[in-house]
Amino acid sequence: MGAEFVQLSLTPLAIGVLAAIACALPGNFMILRRQALIGDAISHVALPGIVVAFLITGTIATWPMMIGAAGAAVVAVVLIEAIRRLGRVEPGAAMGVTFTSLFAAGVLLLEQSDTSSVHLDVEHALYGNLESLIWLSAEGWGSLLDREALADLPPELGRMAAVTLLIAVLTALFWRPLKLSTFDEGFAATLGIRTGLLSLALVMTAAVAAVAAFDAVGSIIVIAMFICPPAAARLMTNRLEVQVAWSLVFATLSAVLGYVLAGYGPLWLGGNDAVSAAGMIATVSGVILGLACLFAPHRSRIGAPREAEG
Amino acid sequence: MLSPFVSALLLQSGYNAALVAVGAALLGIAAGSGGAFLFLRKRALVSDAVAHATLPGVGLAFMVMVALGGDGRNLLGLLLGSALSASLGLLIVEWITRRTRLAEDAAIGAVLSVFFGFGIVLLTVIQTMSRGKQAGLEGFLLGSTAGMLFQDAVIIAIGGAGAIATIVLLRRPMTLVAFDAEFAAASGVSVRTIDLAMMLLVMAVTVVGLKVVGLVLVVAMLIIPSVTARFWTDRTDRLVGIAGLVGGASGYVGAAFSASAPHLPTGPIIVLVCFALFLASLLVAPVRGVLAALLRRRRFQVLVHRRQGLLSLAHGEPIFDPLTLAVLRRSGLIRRDGVPTEAGRAQSAKVLRDERRWDIARQIYQDDAVSGRYDGLTPIETVLTRDEIAEIDRRIGSPSVVGGAA
Repeated sequence: MGAEFVQLSLTPLAIGVLAAIACALPGNFMILRRQALIGDAISHVALPGIVVAFLITGTIATWPMMIGAAGAAVVAVVLIEAIRRLGRVEPGAAMGVTFTSLFAAGVLLLEQSDTSSVHLDVEHALYGNLESLIWLSAEGWGSLLDREALADLPPELGRMAAVTLLIAVLTALFWRPLKLSTFDEGFAATLGIRTGLLSLALVMTAAVAAVAAFDAVGSIIVIAMFICPPAAARLMTNRLEVQVAWSLVFATLSAVLGYVLAGYGPLWLGGNDAVSAAGMIATVSGVILGLACLFAPHRSRIGAPREAEG
Repeated sequence: MLSPFVSALLLQSGYNAALVAVGAALLGIAAGSGGAFLFLRKRALVSDAVAHATLPGVGLAFMVMVALGGDGRNLLGLLLGSALSASLGLLIVEWITRRTRLAEDAAIGAVLSVFFGFGIVLLTVIQTMSRGKQAGLEGFLLGSTAGMLFQDAVIIAIGGAGAIATIVLLRRPMTLVAFDAEFAAASGVSVRTIDLAMMLLVMAVTVVGLKVVGLVLVVAMLIIPSVTARFWTDRTDRLVGIAGLVGGASGYVGAAFSASAPHLPTGPIIVLVCFALFLASLLVAPVRGVLAALLRRRRFQVLVHRRQGLLSLAHGEPIFDPLTLAVLRRSGLIRRDGVPTEAGRAQSAKVLRDERRWDIARQIYQDDAVSGRYDGLTPIETVLTRDEIAEIDRRIGSPSVVGGAA
């Protein structure tokens, strides 16, 4: 638990926690606004965005990919809205049409283009590669103070930290309008808050979080972290501030526990290969949500009908 | 490019291609018509949760079959496992929505991400197993039709036929629940049972579709055909039929297209064909299509401009609006220099008279039934009887010379 831990586990763990927090923060508001599945849609359309970015630039560089994925998220949001309004289709179905079609287009583009030379495939996009983000030049806890070793940290860590910070600052800055428009959009609008713009900005923030996390940890964690920690937190309290705090606790807990279980769990059970950390983090967040559904203090809907039945 | 496509369409591109085309068409029909009720119930995205929830079942089934000494790749076994875990996922979605304050979308998202994450964990476990290297379970993510066997096609055919039979049997209660769940409950239909049956239907289609289009894209096969069909009809039975048709056609054409050239994966091509049909319907469908809406708007615009123009003529006011001028000129009501023709004068006199009649009518009948119909475009003859209009005319008095319409 010394040098080896710092070298192999510290950075993936930190990136996992940061990604979980970055997704859980906007997730709180999306759960309350009943837009939970926007995160699902965004993480599916990131694939075509990334493929198009690759086809244009010809390289696997981070920034083009991030821009591509963010662009795809915007295209998806616009398409969903267009289908919903032009065709008078209900939002869920419009979302289903859009993200599956864009995902199919992404897979097709991927098959058509010659990406065999580079590491770009659907599986990677889905489950990410958290375990590979190791800090090679670290020799122990002392390396945290070593300037040279610090320069060799995986670049994903810096990016993820920056994005998480950005999202935290944005959430704090827009706290009041966000809270108001989430609970009472009409009232917020009468106060002069541009609710439509704010709603779009929230989706965009979620997209930024999704894309940054996607790069590091794959889309499946992104969806899980958008929904599970905030949903579990929702069952713990009736106050938004407390809910956000709980969601951060749950997100951190899922990331840490999931990573540890994936890396060391099989060893404890006598196996010798680690399992997918991304999958395990999602699983742990699900277990937390399950426990919250069973035991959390505010789990039931007020006035829920037929509580005693079946 | 065209001729291999045509030969694939005619099932002449070899045994495997023909098998895939027929299988995909059957799947498309079942998915399209099965998804229709889900769509009407406004729960289209539940299929997303169901589809993702199949993954751990596939993994577990493989592990169990290997543990029992089998090959582990038996499609029937894998599908059975996926059906079990998908039902578990469904029940959890249902339970979370009923028992906690969380909304259905949160439940769907939670189930799909957690089940999928756990499935990925199982897949990584399988990869480390000695027999797991060639398991090819990743094929279930995006579908893999390359190695489709005859027995796989038979499974798909049986599953699809079963789904269609269920739809035929349960169409009435399912329609009732989809449109008015409370009325259905009041009439003694168990909404919960029907909902579950609907979900089981979706699950069956999903499980069968895993092999062809994969779990991510089978969602598209369940949602897009019914959204497409909705543009063409307002009747449930036709909606289900058209959705099945759209699904079947995209399955067949997509499979044929993907067989006609390399690097065209079947699943995505089928979905994109389906999306193309959706897009075409969105644009050109009568009544609900975008083009039809534009035409309707244009017709309305012309009507308004025509009336305003005629009123201006009647009042002898000059007209400046270019569209109004164009509308009047095209229907021969004014000459090129803007002077009203004989027909124009007659029409404008009538518009002015009707306007006056409406004024009186709205004084007499202050109820909504008549006054509410006044929008400047509805001819008064369609609202009032001839006697009533004669009475109004009597009040107006005999015609007098007005403005330029003399």
